[in-house]
Amino acid sequence: MTSQETARQSAAPWVRLVVRDGNLLRLFIACVLIFVVMTLLRPEVFPTVENFRSMGSQFPEVGVLAVAIMIAMLTGGIDLSVVSIANLSGVLAALFIRTFIPAEASDVQVVIGLIGAVVIAFAVGMLCGLLNGLLVARVNLTPILATLGTMTLYTGITVVITRGNAVFAENRLTFIGNTYLFGVIPIPMLIFAVVVAVFSVILNRTAFGLKLYLIGTNEKAARFSGIDVPRTLIGAYVLSGLLAAVVAMIFLGRNNSAKWDFAPSYVLQAILVAVLAGVNPAGGSGRLLGIVLAILALQFVSTGLNMLLLAVSGGQFFKEFAWGALLLIIMVINYFSERRK
Amino acid sequence: MGSPIAFALAVQPFLSLTNISKSYAGVRALEDVSLTVYPGEIHCLVGENGSGKSTLIKIIAGVVQPDAGQIVINGKTMHRLHPIDAIREGIQVIYQDFSLFPNLTVAENIAINHELSRQKRWVNWREVREIARQAMRKINIQLDLDATVSEIPVADKQLVAICRALLQNAKLIIMDEATTALTEREIRSLFDVIHNVQRENVAVLFVSHKLDEVLEIADKALIIRNGKVVLDVDARELDRSKLTYYMTGRNIEETVYEWQGDSDKPPLLEVRHLSSRGNFEDVTFQLHAGEILGVTGLLGSGRTELALALFGAIPIDAGEIALDGQPIVLRSIQDAITHRIGYVPEDRLTEGLFLESSVGNNILARVLDGLKGSGQLLDRALMKATTQEWIGRLSIKAPHAELPVKSLSGGNQQRVVLAKWLASKPRVLILNGPTMGVDVGSKMELHEIIKQLAREGLGVIIISDDVPELMQTCNRILLMRRGRIVEHFDRRQITEMDLTQRLVAV
Repeated sequence: MTSQETARQSAAPWVRLVVRDGNLLRLFIACVLIFVVMTLLRPEVFPTVENFRSMGSQFPEVGVLAVAIMIAMLTGGIDLSVVSIANLSGVLAALFIRTFIPAEASDVQVVIGLIGAVVIAFAVGMLCGLLNGLLVARVNLTPILATLGTMTLYTGITVVITRGNAVFAENRLTFIGNTYLFGVIPIPMLIFAVVVAVFSVILNRTAFGLKLYLIGTNEKAARFSGIDVPRTLIGAYVLSGLLAAVVAMIFLGRNNSAKWDFAPSYVLQAILVAVLAGVNPAGGSGRLLGIVLAILALQFVSTGLNMLLLAVSGGQFFKEFAWGALLLIIMVINYFSERRK
Repeated sequence: MGSPIAFALAVQPFLSLTNISKSYAGVRALEDVSLTVYPGEIHCLVGENGSGKSTLIKIIAGVVQPDAGQIVINGKTMHRLHPIDAIREGIQVIYQDFSLFPNLTVAENIAINHELSRQKRWVNWREVREIARQAMRKINIQLDLDATVSEIPVADKQLVAICRALLQNAKLIIMDEATTALTEREIRSLFDVIHNVQRENVAVLFVSHKLDEVLEIADKALIIRNGKVVLDVDARELDRSKLTYYMTGRNIEETVYEWQGDSDKPPLLEVRHLSSRGNFEDVTFQLHAGEILGVTGLLGSGRTELALALFGAIPIDAGEIALDGQPIVLRSIQDAITHRIGYVPEDRLTEGLFLESSVGNNILARVLDGLKGSGQLLDRALMKATTQEWIGRLSIKAPHAELPVKSLSGGNQQRVVLAKWLASKPRVLILNGPTMGVDVGSKMELHEIIKQLAREGLGVIIISDDVPELMQTCNRILLMRRGRIVEHFDRRQITEMDLTQRLVAV
């Protein structure tokens, strides 16, 4: 074994992964590059605690949704209904809080009520995911059509329940959006980190996770290998629904309210992150590390551009442009470097 | 065979390659290969997988440039052959996937290139059909012009590809492993078509590693091994053992399988009056532990459907299945797995393997649930050990268990599929076309593995229409026709010739 190989062997697993996987390496470089450039251009505002706190509160929502999208994509499917699931479970959780936590409730009551709300949101998210999974795995609907249908269905249910109004929850819940661990790390970022940690174990260390990859690689061979494909697919969509419910709790914590039409553009942003992360839309491959790098790169770009173009009229609208441009650039680079091989 | 060699020698060769060499990244793919093809000649290019056949085809087609050597087509020396030049000179390659447009009709597929090359602005549909009809008449075949190509059988797709090639003024048609996906009878009619093509004075370069076909169709044969020509002869001078010897570089003993068990003992698997509507009817047989039972029949005879039913993949309408004398119900693949019945599917690439996944994951796919350590997590050490165990036991030649399985040769891929099932310790293993698309050397080794497994007590069912294979591996053979078992042979009481005749008899 050469010394170079030894060095590679002894490096942290994520470093080895980044070095070996071309797409991850390019994302990593993009991340660092954007960070450095922005720091050089706006040294007084970009590399500041204030800015990190602000960025750290922004990206976790789309980040968690991107993990949900990734789970479905690994199997060769997609889940377009994530945001509507988040809104439905958020509205129901908010209604629960409003009904069961009186204004003069003690802290203990509040905690119990909040736990109840979380349980309700998670249960609703998983139930919605279950319906998606049943439609995809048992009725054999194309995932994109099935979840397009349920997206509208769940949104419709939310509208009916709320008559189109926002539902306000409990003021004390807003600590999720306003508290910082060690003064720097926002709670949503912590939630994102936990989600990534938990799902990296699920995807890499469990039989279920490996089956997701295998089904995405070749569903027929998976069936012929005795993998219970429908059950595994249903599991994937239930997890996706659960993650949507996690996002619902972040929404609720940040806004202290839930509404049927909140953040519809997040679905496409999450898909964009997943694709940028190198998750194969046809299924079978993709890494959580890619999601982390992709969402960071996108956040750096949009915050940085915002700062640069603040003076320019319409500068705040550059986010969409920047994201689209970054996606296309990385894909084009990927295409050429794959072709060179 | 009616070879026009004598006539051909008087004329100029259509294609002649002299001393062609090609290396990829320092690895010699071809070394000093020479080949001469005359018009109207059926030339077989024979070699095991990895021998350099595909590289040679690509050089002739202009897709790959040789490092050294000369290419002369129609008397013209080609200094740098581009694909478009090769096509203009009349070289047409029919690849294994046929490169057809699956969503267009037969007529459109046949005529489309012809129409396009005439650079007309409008498509005349009547003309398209007429062109297609004429092309089919030339080689004396009949296909439904309006059928969508994705819905016609593989054999017909091939005919469409041949017609299309002929319309491009083909002088040399290269057929790459043309018979891999065909049944015996389809191969027969393909050979008729090839002879018709030959009558049009078009040469055919028939690439194959199936000995019987080479012996039957070839006028001349070029055998290559490890990138070098080992033999270039008139096909009349060849026989099977000689061909095997030159192809593999060793003499391969073809042995038969003798079952040592006692047929009076209760059978391992018993199938009584099994029926599945539209698939097969009233099938009854027994399988003892250690037996290798062949099930043969033409495509559509119900052989694959029977296998699928025994694997719980298609529903059973009537009859019963018993394992060790206990009746069992197979409603799903999961049921079959509970009863430890395994199935190695017909199409390795689409049904058997996770091509992009690692060799290790492919081997473990079937037993993932049994590899849990503490809690729900997979035990990585156990995964690694299991993978290594099967790579060793089946001598799978893979540099690394992390490599994608698509990087292995056909024979090694098939071993991976076998390993996947063996890792789950099945009692009955159904192998559908176990050596399809595998070269001679690996084929014999796979047969030996299967025999060894049977000797250890596994009950094996082999579904195949490869008669020599059945004769070499099975101790009993069932013949199916139109969904029924029509005959039942002890291997010792039948000859290969006999079985072939009964197989193709209507």
